[in-house]
Amino acid sequence: MIVIDKIKKCYDDTVILDNITTTIPRGGITSIIGPNGAGKSTLLSIIGRLLKADTGTINVSGLDVVTTKSDILAKQLSILRQENQFNSRLTVEELVGFGRYPYTRGRLTAQDDEKISQSLSFLNLLELRHRYLDELSGGQRQRAYVAMVLCQDTDYVLLDEPLNNLDMKHAVAMMKQLRLAADDLGKTIILVIHDINFASTYSDYILAMKKGALCYQGGPKEIMRADVLQDIFDTPVRIREIDGQLIAMYFR
Amino acid sequence: MQSIKHFITLTERYLTPNRRIMLYGAVALALMAIFMSVKLGNNLQYILLRRSYILLTMVIVAFVAGISTVIFQTVSNNRILTPSLMGIENLFVLIQTVAIFFYSGTTNSFWLFNIIKFAIETSLLVLFSLLLYQWLFKTVNYNINLVLMIGILLGELFRSSSNLLQRLLDPNEFAILQGRIFATFTRATPDLIAFSAIVIILIGLLIWRKRYVYDVLALGRAHAINLGLNYQRHVMTTLLLVSILVAVSTALVGPLTFLGLMVANLAYLLAGSHQHRYLLPTAFLLAMIALIAGQLFLEYGLNMSASLSVVLEFFGGIFFIYLILKRF
Repeated sequence: MIVIDKIKKCYDDTVILDNITTTIPRGGITSIIGPNGAGKSTLLSIIGRLLKADTGTINVSGLDVVTTKSDILAKQLSILRQENQFNSRLTVEELVGFGRYPYTRGRLTAQDDEKISQSLSFLNLLELRHRYLDELSGGQRQRAYVAMVLCQDTDYVLLDEPLNNLDMKHAVAMMKQLRLAADDLGKTIILVIHDINFASTYSDYILAMKKGALCYQGGPKEIMRADVLQDIFDTPVRIREIDGQLIAMYFR
Repeated sequence: MQSIKHFITLTERYLTPNRRIMLYGAVALALMAIFMSVKLGNNLQYILLRRSYILLTMVIVAFVAGISTVIFQTVSNNRILTPSLMGIENLFVLIQTVAIFFYSGTTNSFWLFNIIKFAIETSLLVLFSLLLYQWLFKTVNYNINLVLMIGILLGELFRSSSNLLQRLLDPNEFAILQGRIFATFTRATPDLIAFSAIVIILIGLLIWRKRYVYDVLALGRAHAINLGLNYQRHVMTTLLLVSILVAVSTALVGPLTFLGLMVANLAYLLAGSHQHRYLLPTAFLLAMIALIAGQLFLEYGLNMSASLSVVLEFFGGIFFIYLILKRF
């Protein structure tokens, strides 16, 4: 369980996050949705201790993310941001191997190699394992990054736009893998996601943000309503039920 | 073209990072042997002793240039920055200039190259970096780019202050000063070498213990924090270690800006791995090779008619231009 208590964050005079208080349940997939500039990524970064909030606290299964030692948190919670650029020339396998660092401090054992292989096969990267990252397509690279945080084997996994750069097939595959990670491996996965229909069809819980505030939260059925979505995104939306899934139609 | 590609894949397979390090080590050893044995002359004992001092000085400087630049570039996430950006070398020149400017009358006995002067210089340089970076990091909220920018500005301030003072010097004193602020390997005495060696061995051990940490730091701030590193602490201690290393080396032989940049970038190309347990020894050995080869070229190719920093900066400068052109 992640308890977010009165989180506030400003840059100079601009309020980015305004008094956010909520609880993210343990297990399953929680999606954070909202228009551009709503503060979704900032909130995710603060939960993942990459940014400091001005005021307020965050507890991840009882650990305060600011005061708990970073190496202890690294075994509980992992975070992947949108932009990932490296100076070093790494192979996919080496990158994914970094996910073991919190446990091994750099010296990989046979057990770690097995974990690395598991993560690689989980994201269908086995045949790419010896390729360098700069030789991969954007989508393959994105999968390699996700494999890295899954290899870190934490209970809580925070992903900022994991569907970035992925085509239809790979986006669906990625969401299915994340669903599997939540259902079979018992992980709590928190996503910032733009595609409202992916959020609707794959998540258990949705947090909707607007202008730095949390405006709605609940299951897909409570959020996937025309009036709610129109309020969040300021654009006309119709909801259709297709094969038992709620789909938002907002294209024209 | 095909055959070149074939050659590269072949060498990549056979030249594991460990074998590469052994290869560079062998080249460095061979150069050392040449350096010690060429044109020995009559006074064998004197020459050998003198050369071994020079050689030891070069080992220390090569170590500092290679190691400090690699870890500095790792924490600053940039491959064309060098530690001299933090203003330490310029401060060294300023100290020398001020010393000659104000104490010119009494120079000869007191300002000989002795351990007291060396200790004062080194501790001044280290003290400067300690105060500056402790304070700076707190003030700018651990933003490394801001720290580096202020370092550049301070370096420029030191440099122009020395320039001003140098213009006011009399030509004889200026000639003495020039001798001091151009890097040379021939003036270090055994006690200075021993002192520097102890310092850099201790720091070298600290850095070697953190070799895996540096691999993670090279991924950048967000990944380093995600993987559980105390990012701020590691960056700050690294900059401090780098400052101490550069201070020791600068006080020992003078400023050597390009050597580190050159060998660090060569190491990325030639180490065959991005891991610091290979990068660090490779950079050190390449610096050894560059220094000894440069010194040999200077002694027997140019008849000592230039200084080593001129030789190194000539080739280092060309290499730097090549790097920039290659990027674009």
